[in-house]
Amino acid sequence: MPELIIEPGRAERQYWRDLWRYRELFYILAWRDISVRYKQTAIGVAWALIQPLLTMLIMTVVFGKVAGLPSDGDAPYSLMVFAAMLPWQFFSTSLSTASQSLVSNANLISKVYFPRMIVPAASVITSFVDFLISFLILVGMMAWFHFWPDWRILTLPLFMAMAFLAAVGPGLWITAMNVKYRDFRYVIPFVVQIGLYVSPVAYSSSVIRQRFGDVAFSVYSLNPMVGVIDGFRWAILGGEARIFWPGFLLSLVFVFLLLLVGVWHFRTTERSFADII
Amino acid sequence: MPPIIRVENLGKKYTLRHQGEGGGRYRRFSEELLDALKRPFRSLRRAPRSPLPAACSGLPAPRSLLPAPSEEFWALRNVSFEVQQGEVLGIIGRNGAGKSTLLKVLSRITEPSEGRVTLNGRVASLLEVGTGFHPELTGRENVFLNGAILGMSRVEIRRKFDAIVAFAEVEKFLDTPVKRYSSGMYVRLAFAVAAHLEPEILIVDEVLAVGDAAFQKKCLGKMGEVASAGRTVLFVSHNLIAVEHLCVRALLLQAGTLVADGSTASVLARYSAELETVTGIPVALRADREGSGEVRAIAVDVLSPAGGRIAFRCGDPIKFAVACRGMGTALHDLAIHLGIYLPNGLKLLHLSSSGHQQIDCRKDGRWEASCVLVKNYLAPGQYHVNVAILDGNRLVDRVESAAFFEVQAADFHGNGQLFGHDWGAIFLADQIWSVSESADTAP
Repeated sequence: MPELIIEPGRAERQYWRDLWRYRELFYILAWRDISVRYKQTAIGVAWALIQPLLTMLIMTVVFGKVAGLPSDGDAPYSLMVFAAMLPWQFFSTSLSTASQSLVSNANLISKVYFPRMIVPAASVITSFVDFLISFLILVGMMAWFHFWPDWRILTLPLFMAMAFLAAVGPGLWITAMNVKYRDFRYVIPFVVQIGLYVSPVAYSSSVIRQRFGDVAFSVYSLNPMVGVIDGFRWAILGGEARIFWPGFLLSLVFVFLLLLVGVWHFRTTERSFADII
Repeated sequence: MPPIIRVENLGKKYTLRHQGEGGGRYRRFSEELLDALKRPFRSLRRAPRSPLPAACSGLPAPRSLLPAPSEEFWALRNVSFEVQQGEVLGIIGRNGAGKSTLLKVLSRITEPSEGRVTLNGRVASLLEVGTGFHPELTGRENVFLNGAILGMSRVEIRRKFDAIVAFAEVEKFLDTPVKRYSSGMYVRLAFAVAAHLEPEILIVDEVLAVGDAAFQKKCLGKMGEVASAGRTVLFVSHNLIAVEHLCVRALLLQAGTLVADGSTASVLARYSAELETVTGIPVALRADREGSGEVRAIAVDVLSPAGGRIAFRCGDPIKFAVACRGMGTALHDLAIHLGIYLPNGLKLLHLSSSGHQQIDCRKDGRWEASCVLVKNYLAPGQYHVNVAILDGNRLVDRVESAAFFEVQAADFHGNGQLFGHDWGAIFLADQIWSVSESADTAP
């Protein structure tokens, strides 16, 4: 029979093992979020299709046609936008739901024990399902444009993982802050709104690089989504999108840095969640 | 065999921060930022002014002039006990005594500040019925969700699913979202999931305070079953009758410390004594009494006619026993008066022996007068008893709050419904209802 000892500071040592032990709760919370999401909606899952599709159309018209920004190589402008919409939508919805997750599950936190990291992690899964749905649109678009990907498409899961980590790091940090300071809920919509323009979603990042040079672009790459989006375009558009590897590496390093800070902050404040939520 | 639960010097400290205006529980980050900015200036501002004599004016001290006050508060301190496998342990105490904190520490929801707990078995805690139930999900889905939250595996839930549904009596509504359930169905389903947990240690908090009388009975039965199956149960409740019924042993917490640990009967007696110490001292030693003093009340007890108790159900008979003693002068034709009060001082009942029973007292005689309410019509709540001895119109002895007792919600009318706290009434009545159809003769 397993002996369990509870003392101050003890939870630290059992944490990661507990996280594994409670994986079933993780599945079921993720399943709950997914199945609740489209209950009592008129068109249900179609929302996951309409949102990115419309955004893509608007951006193509505004940035591609009106502003006349160039695409990556010969890739159609709308395809280039959509290759970025995929990770961007995933990132922004993940960040939003993760950062609200603890507060919206306050009743669980104050009544049952489990490693709290399960809650923000499970909430991200919903966005992943949306991602998979909108990936179908991408497949459709590629067929429409007769645009066939090459071997690089196989690296897509890696960039997906990077987008996941980029969302989880700040998400953990903000959801933990949100437990104590409720005004952090106002931060996220703002970050997401600004982020859409400072990330190369509607335009190609090579525009920035050509106009401002490599040094400025490296600073620009501190935005983790720059690396993720460039990676996505590189993998999806094949030879048409060039990637600036030093900038990408910088993004990658920064993602991990944010993740470490997020996990560290979450873990240090986690013990008091039940007392203050 | 080692104890299944061992608690050593357990303590839990909270830091209370007294906030300024709008002192809600959550801090706004902007407030904190503003505080940090203000701090250097605060000391400057304080220097020229002398602090207001707050105590004299009777006003609270202006908060901005005081250093950010924070206060340590021990919700639990130096609590040690052991529980053997198969024991059903009741934990009682007044509000704020630390019961819920103890359960939260034992179920790992919050970490202790000091001390150590060793658990030798799988723990399931039930601090609330239906934790995590989602209104949009169906009954079936919620069983799986709630089960997982309480620590059951999917395989385990699937195995017990039929039993859970049968226990809850909601077969027909399994695929209806629980937001359309009646509150009774909701609670039954939630408790049914919890009742089918099979942990070695079950921690239960107040969950029996829900549902109708019949379902409460079923829950109590299930708890008893769990206990007799050799599992260990920690049971926190205000429902002293349930504690008395289920637990062999009980703990009494008072202001965060463990003050009694022993057989349920002895701990409940101690609890009643604790309730009495609200005013401090046994009746015989009370100095705050009025009257000429030839005869004194030395003990006032509230009992059930069958045996000692301090908690009653609505409708139970209640016996008030007043022990008295002559203080050197013989008196004839005395009357004992009892007043039953709500905590807020409202007088509900006046019981008087005059006209019922003639009482004489020898000069140093000891005697006991008692009055039985055949059936109490009191709403659930706490009551206190004032006692007075009168000689004609002359007050001989009078003690306020000489005894306390509690009345708990019960199926007063015998119709399966609890008479609830939340109806706001203070008094019950026997009632007969009838409905008759009126002939519709209007043009």
